[in-house]
Amino acid sequence: MIEFEEVSFRYPGNRDHVLRDITFHVKKGEFLGISGPSGSGKSTLCLMMNGIIPKTIEGELSGEIYIDGENIKEKEVYEVSEKLGLILQNPESQLFSMTVEEELAFGPENLGIKREEIEERISWALELVGMEKFRDAFPHQLSGGEKQKIAIASLLTMKPEILVLDEPTSNLDPKSRIEIFKIVKKLNKKGMTVVVVEHETDFISSADKILILNDGKIVKYGTPREVFREADYLKHVGIRVPEIVEFSNYLLKGGYVDDIFLSVSEALEVLNVKDRESML
Amino acid sequence: MLRIENLCYEYESGFKLKNISFEVREGESIAIIGENGSGKTTLVKNLIGLLRPDSGKIFLNGEDTSKMSVAEIARTIGFVFQNPDNQIFASSVKEEVSFGPKNLGMDNIEEKVNDVLKKTDLFKYRDKHPFKLSGGEKQRLALASILVMNPKILILDEPTSGLDLKNAVKLMKIVKNLQKEGKTIILITHDMQLVSDLCERVILMKSGEIIADGKIKEVFNRESLLEKTKIELPEIAKLSKILGFGIIFDPKELYEKWRSLND
Repeated sequence: MIEFEEVSFRYPGNRDHVLRDITFHVKKGEFLGISGPSGSGKSTLCLMMNGIIPKTIEGELSGEIYIDGENIKEKEVYEVSEKLGLILQNPESQLFSMTVEEELAFGPENLGIKREEIEERISWALELVGMEKFRDAFPHQLSGGEKQKIAIASLLTMKPEILVLDEPTSNLDPKSRIEIFKIVKKLNKKGMTVVVVEHETDFISSADKILILNDGKIVKYGTPREVFREADYLKHVGIRVPEIVEFSNYLLKGGYVDDIFLSVSEALEVLNVKDRESML
Repeated sequence: MLRIENLCYEYESGFKLKNISFEVREGESIAIIGENGSGKTTLVKNLIGLLRPDSGKIFLNGEDTSKMSVAEIARTIGFVFQNPDNQIFASSVKEEVSFGPKNLGMDNIEEKVNDVLKKTDLFKYRDKHPFKLSGGEKQRLALASILVMNPKILILDEPTSGLDLKNAVKLMKIVKNLQKEGKTIILITHDMQLVSDLCERVILMKSGEIIADGKIKEVFNRESLLEKTKIELPEIAKLSKILGFGIIFDPKELYEKWRSLND
């Protein structure tokens, strides 16, 4: 679904590449988590997936990027946006209509889709993000979490096959953050291919694969278990693993367990805590 | 240092702060936590004089703040915004930090500015335009421009939100040094790791009221309180609780406890 083959990129006038030799593949229906410290190239990577780089933001791009088998260099940004929706950190940069309904209709209207079909898509998208009641609300009166849900819904009405989210929760309170995670997981379960960029790694610990960027290069790429076993290395490059994973890494080093664990339920199994059903 | 007595405040929308009372001693670090809309920001706005209580009193070093202007309060209480962009406006880092002290008519401004820039690890950027700084650097600049006025009390609103590990750790070190210098710190945050690292005491708010005020672990060990506030415990704390160690936020601390029990 997403293929990067030895991709490097340099912004005009800069001596150094922001990204170097990036190669990875995301299969249909897969959930990829991307993390890395500030300035490691995460956002640049997202902008490449929908073609904003190099179409709108120019620079020196080498290597090949394919979205659903098609080379991004041969596509316009609007053509890619039918396949791939990109959510940015600040939902306000994405919302501009007077009402939620107008906001959600904007994308499909521009694709020339019939009114009845648009109505259906709006209802469907609002239900997916749990915002049915807000159809006539003013986007700018919503809370941060609600705005982000509307931003996601406004991409869903385009019926993309891939959703890319660039730090979607970094300005949200914990409750809204968890709600956004749940929505994204639900979409992934329904078969959507998902890429999430986060510098906090708790959300992406349930991804199929995790890719860690540092200084423009891929430094780790594997399942969450493979990547989180390297907790010391990740800390060294400035990435915090989920605290529960850090605890399991201490246990692993101390010889108390054979492998790390990623969740409370897994921990209870590994640590052989009796009667864990009642405890959860 | 700071005493709040039966503070009430009501917005036109109907949201109320109800009978808020607490005291912060000099040199103490406290965290105010609670979900969005629980009244944390409204409380802080009352403390710094941007809003004035409908009833009740706030005493700063024994003095009733209702008789003080916002600027007078600001000499003792420094407030750092969550979003540094709301605070930054000058065309260089140095100018930004000099603005407050100039307005207050302080002397030895250059020396004070340089000192604060070194403390916040921004000295090398002193001639740079603030908008060319990274998110973490901007956050430190917002802090520096308040610190330079040498307030006794510092209120930090979500200081680590949106920062990566390196920048969050850097900011935490600065705050720890301020604690050592004897500053009184009031932290508003959702980051429980940060709370457990920096504060001994937490004030838990819900629907405009204080529903708990005490040591962090005591507050979080009270099941009924957590349910009431809908605060989600981090996974590590859930696990430590199930394992019978009570609430622990720090993985290393949990490991030490586990080890002492299993060796």
